[in-house]
Amino acid sequence: MELTVLMYLLPALVMFGCGVYGFLTRKNMIAIMISLELMLNAVDINFVVFNRYLFPGQLEGMFFTLFAIAIAAAETALALAIIINVYRVARNVDIDDVSKLKF
Amino acid sequence: MDYSQFLMMPQEMGLLAVFLLVFLYDTFMPERSQRGLPLFTAIIFGIYTVLSLFVCCTAGTAFGGMFETNGATWAIKAILAAGTFIVLLQAAKWTNSEFVSVRRGEFYELLLLTLFGMYLMVSARHFLLFVIGLETASLPIAALAAFEKRYYESHEAAAKYIFTAVFSSAIFLMGISFVYGLSGSLYFNDIAMAVAGEPSALLIVAIAFVIAGVGFKLSLVPFHLWTADVYQGAPTAVTAYLSVVSKGAAAFSFLIVLVQVFGAAYSDVWEWMLYALIVLTITIGNLFAMRQRNLKRFLAFSSISQAGYIMLGVIAVNAVGMASLMYYVLVYVFSNLAAFGVIAAIERVSGKTTIDDYNGLFKTNPWLAFTMMLAMFSLGGIPPFAGFFSKFFIFVGACQQGSVAIYVLVFIALLNTIISLYYYLLVVKAMFISQDDCVVPAFKSVCTERVALVLCTLGIVFLGIVSCFYTRLSDISVTSFPGL
Repeated sequence: MELTVLMYLLPALVMFGCGVYGFLTRKNMIAIMISLELMLNAVDINFVVFNRYLFPGQLEGMFFTLFAIAIAAAETALALAIIINVYRVARNVDIDDVSKLKF
Repeated sequence: MDYSQFLMMPQEMGLLAVFLLVFLYDTFMPERSQRGLPLFTAIIFGIYTVLSLFVCCTAGTAFGGMFETNGATWAIKAILAAGTFIVLLQAAKWTNSEFVSVRRGEFYELLLLTLFGMYLMVSARHFLLFVIGLETASLPIAALAAFEKRYYESHEAAAKYIFTAVFSSAIFLMGISFVYGLSGSLYFNDIAMAVAGEPSALLIVAIAFVIAGVGFKLSLVPFHLWTADVYQGAPTAVTAYLSVVSKGAAAFSFLIVLVQVFGAAYSDVWEWMLYALIVLTITIGNLFAMRQRNLKRFLAFSSISQAGYIMLGVIAVNAVGMASLMYYVLVYVFSNLAAFGVIAAIERVSGKTTIDDYNGLFKTNPWLAFTMMLAMFSLGGIPPFAGFFSKFFIFVGACQQGSVAIYVLVFIALLNTIISLYYYLLVVKAMFISQDDCVVPAFKSVCTERVALVLCTLGIVFLGIVSCFYTRLSDISVTSFPGL
């Protein structure tokens, strides 16, 4: 069976949607982090698929994906460090307990 | 590889040299001279800022067109450097305080790195470089927001900042991936050519994603929810940096992306998106600013509504709009940093940050009260000060568009200026009229703070009435964007 562009793009879109949904609904900071990772990985799939199917002669999308993965890793490292700090002061990583600043 | 390309980026190279010097000082100087690091950084950064004003700005591109420098990027980088210089002066005393001084060097290194990221963002003409700049500019700020490790609020602010920052970059990257799918290139010029003509559905989605992603960075209204919490929780020096330098860079690069990349789809796709965003941003920013008692939250909402005014310069899509946007950022740097300078000084001495604590400030600290008053007048747009002229030029630029919708938009913005006067003057009233109980004792601010406040005051007073600033920016924007 021949795989078409759509068969890659739809899962990526679903992944992105799941990420957005998880970001908005989950209460645990680690779960929020995982949702963000889903969104970032959906973007990577998108780039690779566009590159592979629509513009097979070039490598721009692949390169962008490599950089995006590196950036996502940096983001995760920083976010986890901050979550650990939050845990130290609040003894919890539930965002309901980390919302003292509000109007 | 042709190394002479690096000569195209003198401002970046200079900044890198400053960064390396600070890094070497932090690493190798003996413990007893570490207290001199803030002053050392401020002095060499000041020298760099002044020198970068005199670097002749040769227009050109480097790295196969990924990086472009022209008059406008030179001007906005100089403005950002001036803002950072003032922030460095304001932070000097704070970074030498008891609990922060252990991590003193990191503060300066991260701060200079974010500025480097913003330079890349401003000059990028390829989305890969743009995204790298954007992330370099936004990620270290999360670490900076968490800098006051003994305060709970600082951690909460950092957590909120990092989550929204990553969320917004994911949305932004999604938009870029659609753009790549449409055009097969990530160069701004190639994309601009590919998207010309009838807009496809994918292009509309892509532009909406890009606007949403950058809207988070700029805290435009549906995407502004992190702003107040982060501003309140982060250390004041970081808040000042975030609200002024970071926002100025984001606004300018947003303009570049919208105009240079999606300029062809202006009237079909993003004109009305921006109308809605601007009206919402200005109005909601103002309404929420009115009910704030904490000054840092108050300035957060005030800066949200100011971002709406900055966006008016984008919607004009002409050379006057460009010039007035840069001028607005320039004036905003000085006015807002004056306010934050006063807040930082008072917070350092007494730990007080609510408006009621400023009652009778004029009696105890007349000079600080005077500077704060000038800052509020300038932010509100009262005539002799620079803020009035920046608002005036931004309205003129928008009105040149000439459609009925934009007149309505400018009218709404004008009404909001009047509303904003109410809450800016509340602060002035607290300082000058409510003299019953003086909360903040009289104190002498340190030398660096005073220099920063004097610079800001000079900026507020002279940027408006000395016309050469605006004419220079106007000339620059005409030569830098010949197509408009």
